[in-house]
Amino acid sequence: MAKAEPRVIVVGGGLAGLSAAVRVAESGTKVDLFSLVPVKRSHSVCAQGGINACNDVARQQGYSEWQHMDETLIGGDFLNHQPPVYEMTHWAPKIIDLLDRMGVPFNRTSEGMRDLRLFGGSLFKRTHFAGASTGQQLLYGLDEQTRRYEAEGKINKYEFWEFLWPIIDDEGVCKGIVAQDVRSMEIKAFRGDAVVMASGGNGLMFGKSTMSVICTGAAVARCYQAGAYLGNPEMIQVHPTAIPGEDKCRLMSESARGEGGRVWVPRKKGDDRHPLDITEEERYYFLEEKYPGYGNLVPRDIATREIFWVCQEGLGIGGANQVYLDITHLPIATKNKLAAILEIYEKFTGDDPREVPMKIFPAVHYTMGGLYTIYEPYDPERDTYTPASEPKRQPNEGLLYGDPKNMMTNIPGLYAFGESNYAYHGATRLGANALLSCIFDGLYNGLSVHNYAHAPQGTPAGELPDALFDKYVEQEKAKVQKLTESTGANNPYEIHQELGLEMTATCTVVKEEQRLLQGREKLAEIKAKYQDLKISDTGVYTNQNVSFARALGDMIVYSDALMEGSIARKESRGSHYRSDYTERVDDQFHKTTKVKYDADADKPIIEWEDIPSPLVPLRARTYGKVDASPEKKEEAAAS
Amino acid sequence: MIAPNPDQKFLVRVKRQDGESQPAYWQEFEVPVRPSQNVISVLQYIAANPTTTDGKDVEPVVWDAGCLEEVCGACTMVINGRARQSCSALVPELLAEANGGPITLEPMTKFPVVRDLFVDRQRMFDNLIKVKGWVPIDGTHSLGAGPTESPEKQEERYAISRCMTCGCCLEACPQFTKDNDFLGAQAIAQAYYFNEHETGKKLKKERLDVLMGPGGVSDCGNAQNCVQVCPKEIPLTEAIGKAGRQLTVHAVKKFFTGS
Repeated sequence: MAKAEPRVIVVGGGLAGLSAAVRVAESGTKVDLFSLVPVKRSHSVCAQGGINACNDVARQQGYSEWQHMDETLIGGDFLNHQPPVYEMTHWAPKIIDLLDRMGVPFNRTSEGMRDLRLFGGSLFKRTHFAGASTGQQLLYGLDEQTRRYEAEGKINKYEFWEFLWPIIDDEGVCKGIVAQDVRSMEIKAFRGDAVVMASGGNGLMFGKSTMSVICTGAAVARCYQAGAYLGNPEMIQVHPTAIPGEDKCRLMSESARGEGGRVWVPRKKGDDRHPLDITEEERYYFLEEKYPGYGNLVPRDIATREIFWVCQEGLGIGGANQVYLDITHLPIATKNKLAAILEIYEKFTGDDPREVPMKIFPAVHYTMGGLYTIYEPYDPERDTYTPASEPKRQPNEGLLYGDPKNMMTNIPGLYAFGESNYAYHGATRLGANALLSCIFDGLYNGLSVHNYAHAPQGTPAGELPDALFDKYVEQEKAKVQKLTESTGANNPYEIHQELGLEMTATCTVVKEEQRLLQGREKLAEIKAKYQDLKISDTGVYTNQNVSFARALGDMIVYSDALMEGSIARKESRGSHYRSDYTERVDDQFHKTTKVKYDADADKPIIEWEDIPSPLVPLRARTYGKVDASPEKKEEAAAS
Repeated sequence: MIAPNPDQKFLVRVKRQDGESQPAYWQEFEVPVRPSQNVISVLQYIAANPTTTDGKDVEPVVWDAGCLEEVCGACTMVINGRARQSCSALVPELLAEANGGPITLEPMTKFPVVRDLFVDRQRMFDNLIKVKGWVPIDGTHSLGAGPTESPEKQEERYAISRCMTCGCCLEACPQFTKDNDFLGAQAIAQAYYFNEHETGKKLKKERLDVLMGPGGVSDCGNAQNCVQVCPKEIPLTEAIGKAGRQLTVHAVKKFFTGS
């Protein structure tokens, strides 16, 4: 019998999924690509600001890849792993070059070179951008290459298919997935010698966020329930500047701050005059006063908390949870550079931000935790990749290229890339690093997946008996059947709203023990309600009601892990700020929160894992902070 | 702006269809007025409260949505008779347009209906394969930077690169129908976009062969509807015009050289 050709399954068609698919297909392995939506509509399109990479211009200003790594590590409050971050930042210039070759319309200087902009967390210009829709342009660039391989028969797309469960054989090795066509509702098993999860973030768990409606985190939660560990689930990035909306919060990119946008509130509480009637002296530019070094360019967690606190003090616009983000003073050319994001504000609020300061407030934006993954640190003895012409690297300076372990979860054969992976961002993500980490995962670790698929653990997927796959299909069919027959009391959309409000109140900007314990009880209540669901759609075709209700169950399980992680981490670090434990506590918590699902008790089990610091020692995050504000006694929280 | 009265309600008429081959029918819903309301929040309200104005509990309306920021292109539908994104369609404006209501929601008519307001736009993605909508790079290995480009060229390309494959241009186009093979503004503009890239133009001849064939540029009736409805203000007719000029040169060359 001819041996079955190895195949790789990629779940998710955003930047991470597409770059993985392209890289694996290019290596000569066939790829089956699954996405809930046509890949060109993945949430990556919404990224506005840009993508970080040291280039020659930055280098000549004194910047380096090492410094990019250092900024990423300190930005993440040292919860990131250093070897993968080293590798990512050192690969960044190559990634930009590649995207450039793919035809991504990066902004240009007069000489025709790629232009750079300033972004939070750095004092150097090192962010490449394509208008104010960099994510869209990068995704399209990768989508085009994917389509090219699709035309050549190397990539097979399954769009409008939802990932339901990983298939794990008797030896605990991942051998494929169960998925459902959300139009015909057909449920099927697919064999794969390696599976890459690139399913994005979990913003919908917080009700309203800046994410797409498909970003439920359900795919990650399903892997977690199937035995994969979560890493740092409590690390949720709340973006400082979003436009609050009825259906969702819309992102106002950090580039508005990077290009000179200023954040302020009236100095006088409850001052409800028109912003243009408030004079300079009557305005409180709180970020500039407290952080003179970085000003409006402080990292996101700091900006978020400062905005939150200022509103808590009652200094928000008219006493509400809103502050001004002001770009009215900027020159026309800069406003034009920001045109696309300004249009969003105008389109959804009706006000012209060129004339009137924008009203903004923080919103849940990015999932820094996710599936726990492992990697193989660089070892000069085993390096078969680095050309002799390149400078020699020390151990731990990066990853071992092509090693099958890179970004694999604790389940052999199951990988996690992009936002569904926990490795790169640590306790808060540096702006414009997300696009980089997603594409880096796909391009760099795609080779690891290819290598693994050609020498998988145990029996190759193509040779395993049908019974194994049928068992999982039956498991998923039974879940759908149970949901379809639910005639209980509770509407899933209402439960979702309740979940979102609770998670936003307890697990976002500021966390506190008592409130978290209440949240834990509230989650138990929500879980009980979920057991008594009412499904109003009995259709057997494109039943969105069933799909949503199923994802809701997974969101609740994931929320549990997030809540327990938040309770257990009794310190403040990056985006995780505990008002009852305001200091970073390295000896106890310079560790990964590893969360395992206890299926029998239906609850998360927390474990801790030390994080080595082979390259950069830990230091405090100050960003040049001073106690300048006469209005507020500082709690020295952000450091 | 006047604060909305919480007791105030308005009517929404939704054209429904249980599946591709099923007959279409209309249902009417009453929705309370909320601040900064768009069609998405109207549909979310109906999903949570699927009861028609005559008190019948019905199955929730199915629709397609993604980012809700007018970038992903998913939530396009025909609203008050015009194709647009439901995320950026604001209720106060729609009510004004419809003289106080009802607001009508229908699926796009140029694509097969999957269910209710959800349509299948695969044809648009297939057309991108037909016109070879990509830059033929030599793979993902480190081969240095791409070609330099003037800021003017970047701006021209950037404008077209924002096409989110939403289908508004095709819905509005009198030449594009469900059963003909006209490529339409979206695919032609993309072909032009790639022809204008230094490396992308290496496939220019092949793209122009496609645009010269059946369903190509000559089928465009120059009705200009596409450019008027494009939510991203892509200079579609200009791109079609420029593609047309490339075709003329291509045809003349072909005539004289036979290749």
